[in-house]
Amino acid sequence: MQQTRSVELGTGLFVLLGFAALFFLTTQTTGSEKFSGDETYAVTAKFGNVGSLKDRAPVAMSGVTIGRVTSVEFDPVSLEAEVSFVIDAKYSQIPDDSDASILTSGLLGSQYIGLQAGGSEFYLEDGSEIQFTQSAIVIEKLISKFLFNSKAKKDDE
Amino acid sequence: MIRDIYYTVIEFLRTFGAFQLFSLRLIANSPSIFVKRFNLVVQQVYNAGALSLVIIMVCGLFVGGVLGLQGYSNLAKFNAEDSVGTFAAFSLIKELGPVITALLFAGRAGTALASEIGLMKATDQLAAMEMMATDPLRRVLVPRFLGGVISMPLLVAVFSMIGLFGAHVVGVILLGVDTGAFWMQLQTTLDITDVQEGIVKSVVFGIVASLIAVWEGYNAIPTAEGVGRATTRTVVITAIAVLILDFIITALSM
Repeated sequence: MQQTRSVELGTGLFVLLGFAALFFLTTQTTGSEKFSGDETYAVTAKFGNVGSLKDRAPVAMSGVTIGRVTSVEFDPVSLEAEVSFVIDAKYSQIPDDSDASILTSGLLGSQYIGLQAGGSEFYLEDGSEIQFTQSAIVIEKLISKFLFNSKAKKDDE
Repeated sequence: MIRDIYYTVIEFLRTFGAFQLFSLRLIANSPSIFVKRFNLVVQQVYNAGALSLVIIMVCGLFVGGVLGLQGYSNLAKFNAEDSVGTFAAFSLIKELGPVITALLFAGRAGTALASEIGLMKATDQLAAMEMMATDPLRRVLVPRFLGGVISMPLLVAVFSMIGLFGAHVVGVILLGVDTGAFWMQLQTTLDITDVQEGIVKSVVFGIVASLIAVWEGYNAIPTAEGVGRATTRTVVITAIAVLILDFIITALSM
């Protein structure tokens, strides 16, 4: 009887530890969503180039996450990328002429959408589209621009 | 010559088919045994899981530690040593956790299963059970199979968690990476699907490793040599199967 008791105790402890570890892995190591977003409103924006922006990328304003990207698609009519994202309903007073740009967190970090407040008296609401956008910076374009500029300067001299 | 090849192929197919049928019988009997003979299953979870905890935890700690060291020394070349947590977490949760745990499990629990069942067969205990109208498959094999299947995912989770802890000890405490950077980068980069992939792998490996151990023990030649050979085959076949399946699952979840 003593034998089975210790076996049961050992098994119980083992299973408990195992589930604690599983819980730890699923909650502590994954992108603990600081943005829960129970009530949200959807906004779209068109970009000439989205870089490597992905679904579930954060939408930040002044560095604070206020929303999340829900889809990145190519719009065949305007020939631009259409990004849909949701913003927490708490932040309902964002001017509708705010501009959205695709930024990179850190030097090699993932990309996110940064909103910069505009001055309009009307606010963004469900279904509205942000007019002013700035595409992701493509490093090749940056380099070629830099190269051509310095070449042009040389030619001037 | 051609005849030899023919018979080898036929024999291989026959064994493979027998293994499939055996697996199906085992799995079909599993739910009822789990409910009716729960105490037997608990005993086997203890044997396969709780008793493997020490080896899993020690190995996990050092594997995590070595990931911390390697990650740090290589990432430091790019001034990216903050990513050492991400590096360790990705390696542990998606690959090393399930694979190394499965290999250790085969060595620690699989061999024990195979030799125990093989010895039961060699000493005619299985035959005696049949004489008493007890199906050895239900009384002996299914609880051991279930014990392995239940233990594996939990062991993998423990391994990955302890490994992360080991990486933390080496990276943060010994090498001075910032704690916040270590965990924040890890949390933002890792996705729930990565953890799910690890869990899927651990479940599949648990089923495969337990099946192979039970099958090899049950089909051991009932001699001292036969049992020894069955034990060896358990480790070899499990290692091959786990690594091949690991590749397939990774390719599928890309």
